[in-house]
Amino acid sequence: MAGLSVKLDVRSYSGFKAVTFLCLIILYAPLLVVTIYSFNASNSIASWDGFSVHWYVDVFTGPESAKFKRAAWNSFAIALIAATVSTMIATLAATGMIRAGKFKLRTLSFGLISLPLMVPEIVTAVATLIFFNAIGFERGFATIIFAHIAFCIPFAYLPIAARMQGIDETVEQAALDLYATRQQVFTRILLPLMTPGIISGFLLAFIVSLDDFIITNFVKGAGVETLPTAIFGAVKQGIKPNIMAISTLLLSVSVVMVTISYFVSKTDKTT
Amino acid sequence: MAISAPDGEPAVSNTYHKSRTWLLLPSWVVLGALSLVPAILMLVYSFLTKEFRGGVIWEFSLAAYDQFFFDRGLFGDDSPTLDWTYIAIFWRSFWQAGAATLLSLAIGFPTAYFIATRPVQTRAIWVFLITIPYWVNLLIRTVSMKFLLRDEGPLNLSLMAVGLIDSPLQIVNTNLAVQLGLFYSYLPFMVLPIYAAVERYDFSLSEAAADLYASKWVTLHRILLPVTKPGVIAGCILVFVPSLGSFLAPDLLGGAKNYMIGSLIEEQFKGNAGNWPFGAAASMILLTIVLVILIAFARQQSRLERGRV
Repeated sequence: MAGLSVKLDVRSYSGFKAVTFLCLIILYAPLLVVTIYSFNASNSIASWDGFSVHWYVDVFTGPESAKFKRAAWNSFAIALIAATVSTMIATLAATGMIRAGKFKLRTLSFGLISLPLMVPEIVTAVATLIFFNAIGFERGFATIIFAHIAFCIPFAYLPIAARMQGIDETVEQAALDLYATRQQVFTRILLPLMTPGIISGFLLAFIVSLDDFIITNFVKGAGVETLPTAIFGAVKQGIKPNIMAISTLLLSVSVVMVTISYFVSKTDKTT
Repeated sequence: MAISAPDGEPAVSNTYHKSRTWLLLPSWVVLGALSLVPAILMLVYSFLTKEFRGGVIWEFSLAAYDQFFFDRGLFGDDSPTLDWTYIAIFWRSFWQAGAATLLSLAIGFPTAYFIATRPVQTRAIWVFLITIPYWVNLLIRTVSMKFLLRDEGPLNLSLMAVGLIDSPLQIVNTNLAVQLGLFYSYLPFMVLPIYAAVERYDFSLSEAAADLYASKWVTLHRILLPVTKPGVIAGCILVFVPSLGSFLAPDLLGGAKNYMIGSLIEEQFKGNAGNWPFGAAASMILLTIVLVILIAFARQQSRLERGRV
């Protein structure tokens, strides 16, 4: 009997479950700790003086609020522009890669799209800085947007391409047989079916742009700050409670957007 | 992060082959101008002369690579001897990234295996739980880690409250802190490819081994690990490569003594050293190492794939 149960249980290893829970604790503990301490009433991060939202009030009305508001506005504007442009480019590229047959430059195009994922981020940052320096483009708001557009393309491309591969081509073939033009098929059939992939690609690109520190830090002009560069500057002088409140807010934005992206791609019932 | 090679995809549809060029043109232009051209310019800059307040003078020079590898004495006229300063920084980065990779593997493999053996309906939720932290700002995650590990931070306080230690462990500003930071940054990258490999694993192999009286751990070692090797290697690469060039973990958790490649490069462009050609050369050396690792990986994967068929 004992032998039989061992055989049935050939998949489970004792201890693996415990390691999995340890893994989740490791992944979430630092984030939870920062979230909890952002509600600390104390002026110092060393002690816990009870629950309070006053660091959140400080973020919006305190002495540093103007700086952080400007940084937040920059971050969101850059992320919105970069995610929109990179999603459009990625959607077209995915159509060209997945709905346009095999061709000579296909592997090369694919390599080009995934290039920003292969290269260490600091190398991308150095190369982009050198590029703007060589062409004499003054560093500022625009340089951040250009750099983010390029960096976000692969992140937008992956869910879009995955979705497109899952769409049954016979629907488009049927429309073509019924004398729809290719353009009509694209806008009336392919794009609507692609929507979950496009939304999910857009959200991921948005988060990647919103979160980027290294590339932004290299290509930004003097005086232009995004939330991550402002947070980094502040952290260099020590972790203060208002930083924890900002971090918690930014963290929540990322978690909410990833969750939306997850559930949108879950609506994938057609395939 | 893991992209399957385009050749491995199902049959390619042909509907838009006439507009192919126009569809791909925007990505060619944008990525060509902002990824490919900058990489080439970086190579060019590494062979130029440095301008003292940042930037370059357009004059060919090998000074950057010379500075990286050789010591020519205080006045630069001694005969060159191998200089270990920068090589040691690269070596330390390898070692730190390697330690973080092993740690991720030790935690990541059991986790990936556990998730892949859950009922099909719940797997997606587990994977989702593992991926969420990856999408949280890396800077915030690193700062959180520093907050947690601090001398008077929650980890030390709770260890002291439980009575395991009497005085706080000094973790921040040590090699260990950097390793933990890198491990924490890239742990999800270890889990996902191993998960994908174990999910495809045919458990009748384990059952056959059990029928032949192999113990579970022998089965793990002799059958499961070799079969899921491509996933394990992919996970190791996905943790090792970004760790190697990382900037935030060594900068925030390591302090000045635990310098890595990322900090060395950053300093050439942002800090006081301000030597652009040297920074470009260090970036080129890092990029070359990473490309060699990735090419070796791609060849290994295709060899393993062929071995299977």
